[in-house]
Amino acid sequence: MSKWDEEYFIEKGLLLTAISSIIIIALIIIFIFREGIPALQSAGVFNFLFGMDWAPTDGKYGIFPMIIGSLGITALSLLMAVPLGVLCAIFLAEIAPANMRKILNPTIQTLSGIPSVVYGFFGLVLLVPFMRTQFGGTGFSMFTASVILTVMILPIIVSVSEDALRSIPQEYKEASLALGATHWQTIKNVIFPAAIPGIITSIILGMGRAIGETLAIIMVAGNVVQIPNSIFDPVRALTSNIAIEMGYATGVHYNALFATGIILVFMIIVLLVIANYFHYKKKVTIGGGYL
Amino acid sequence: MHRFIPPRIVQKIMNGVFWASGLITLAILLIIIGYVLFKGMPVVNLEFLLGDPVDSGRSGGIFPFIMSSIYVTLIAVLVATPLGVGAAVYLSEYAGENTLVKLIRFGSETLASIPSIIFGLFGLAFFVIYLEIGWSVLSGGLTLALMALPTILSASEVSIESINKSYAEGSLALGATKWQTIYKVVIPASLPGITTGVILGMGRAIAEAAAVLYTVGAALMIPTSLMDAARPLPLHLYILATEGLSMENAWGTATVLVIMILIITVVTNTLVDNYRKKMMGR
Repeated sequence: MSKWDEEYFIEKGLLLTAISSIIIIALIIIFIFREGIPALQSAGVFNFLFGMDWAPTDGKYGIFPMIIGSLGITALSLLMAVPLGVLCAIFLAEIAPANMRKILNPTIQTLSGIPSVVYGFFGLVLLVPFMRTQFGGTGFSMFTASVILTVMILPIIVSVSEDALRSIPQEYKEASLALGATHWQTIKNVIFPAAIPGIITSIILGMGRAIGETLAIIMVAGNVVQIPNSIFDPVRALTSNIAIEMGYATGVHYNALFATGIILVFMIIVLLVIANYFHYKKKVTIGGGYL
Repeated sequence: MHRFIPPRIVQKIMNGVFWASGLITLAILLIIIGYVLFKGMPVVNLEFLLGDPVDSGRSGGIFPFIMSSIYVTLIAVLVATPLGVGAAVYLSEYAGENTLVKLIRFGSETLASIPSIIFGLFGLAFFVIYLEIGWSVLSGGLTLALMALPTILSASEVSIESINKSYAEGSLALGATKWQTIYKVVIPASLPGITTGVILGMGRAIAEAAAVLYTVGAALMIPTSLMDAARPLPLHLYILATEGLSMENAWGTATVLVIMILIITVVTNTLVDNYRKKMMGR
C-alpha cells in the first residue's frame, strides 16, 4: 500500500468518525419514534398533546399538565437566572478585577460540573423544608424546582454571555469612552446592545438545559400531574414523567413514555433552530456599521 | 433616571449591582459546596470508601458504586475520545464549508443539547433491548459515550484550530504527508486542549444519573464483567435520597461526587493555565 493510498483511507476513516454524530442523532430519533408512535396512534396526537388526564391504568394519556409544568418551571427559573446571569457576565467581562475573575471563573465551572442529583438532594433536604415553613403546603412545588434550576442554568448563561460580551471589538468601547461616556453608559449603550444575539443564545441554551433536567426536578417538584393554580403548587415535568414511570411501564404505557420523549426532542430541536437563527444574526448593525 | 441623577452616581450604583451579582454567584457555590462537605465529610472515611454497602445502602460503604462509576466513565471516554478527536481533525483539517459539514455541526450541537433522559430512553430501547446487551456496565457506558462525544469534539476542534498554521506548513514543506503532519505536529501541539475536552467529557459522564437510570441496572455488587449490572454514584445518591434509605450515606455519596468534580475543575484549569503560559512564552 503506497503512502497515498494510506492517506486516502485515513481521510475516509476520519470522515466516518465525523459523521458518527449524525448517525447517532438519526438512531436516537428513529428509536424514540419507533417506540413512541404506537402511543400517539392509539391516543391520537391531539388528545395526547392537549389531554388533561394522565391515567395509564385507565388508558388515558394526556400530557398537557406536564407540558405546562415543564414550561412553568423553565419560565420561572429563567426569570431568576437571566438577570443574575447577565449581570454576573457583565461583571466578569467589564468590571471585575483580575483576581476576582480568577475566583469566579472556576466557581462557575464548578457550579456547572456538580451532578444534578447533588443539586436535587440539596434542594430536597434544605430547600423543601424551608419552603414548607415559609409558604406552607408540602414544600414540593414548581417554585422550589425553579430555584434549584436557577442555580443549575446560571453557569451556562454567565459563560456564554461573557464570551459574547468579550467578543465586542475593543475599539467600540474606547470610542464611547473617548466621547466622554461613563463606563456604565458605555456598557448600556454600546457593549450590551452589541452582545444581545450572544446573550439570547445563552438564554436559549439555559432554557434547553432547564427543559431537559430530570432527576433534580423529580426530587423537589412534587410530581403531581395537575395544572398548578399557583407557583407553590406541586407539578410534574415531562422529563420527570418518563423517569418516574419507565421503571414499571408496559404496553401502551411504555410507548406513551417514549411519545413524551418525542415531544421533548421536538421542543429541543425548535430551541436549537431558534438559537442557530440568532447565531447567524450575530453580525448586528449599529448606526449603519457592522459589528 | 440618569437624567436626574448625575452619571457618576449612576456609575457607582451600577458598580454596586454588578459586584453584588458576582458575589451572589460566589455565595451560592460556597453555600452548596460548604453545606455538602460539612454534612458529608464526617461520613467519608476509608471504611465508607472501600466498604461494601450493607442492607441495600442503608449503612456500610460505597466501594461497588465507585467502581461502577469508574467503569462506565472509562467505557464512555474510551469510545467517545477516538470518535470525537477523529471528527474534530476531519472538521478542522479536511472538510471545507459544505452541507455535510453543516449537518455534522448541527448533529453535534443537537447531541450536546438533547436531555439526558432522552439518552436514557434511547439507551434502553437500543442497547438494552434492541442489541440485547441488557442492563449492564456496557449499555450504561455506551449511553454515556454518546453524551460525552459532543464535549470532546468541540473542545478538540477549538484546540486544533487554534494551532499556529505555520507549524503544519513547516511540516508539509519538509515533505511530510497530510496525515503525518496531523499525527506528528497538529495533534501533539493541540494535546492540552484535547485532554481538557476529554476530562470535561469525563466530568459529564461521572455526574450523570438520568441517562444510566434505565441502562445500567441498580446492582449492589462490584461488576466483574462488561455485562454485569452496576450502580454509578449519582444513581446511588438518587436512590438513597428518593427512597429515603439513609440521609447520612447520601451526604457521604454527594461529598465524594463533589470532591471528584472539584478535582476535575482544578486539573482542567491547571492544564489550560500551563498551556497558555507555554504559548505566551514562545
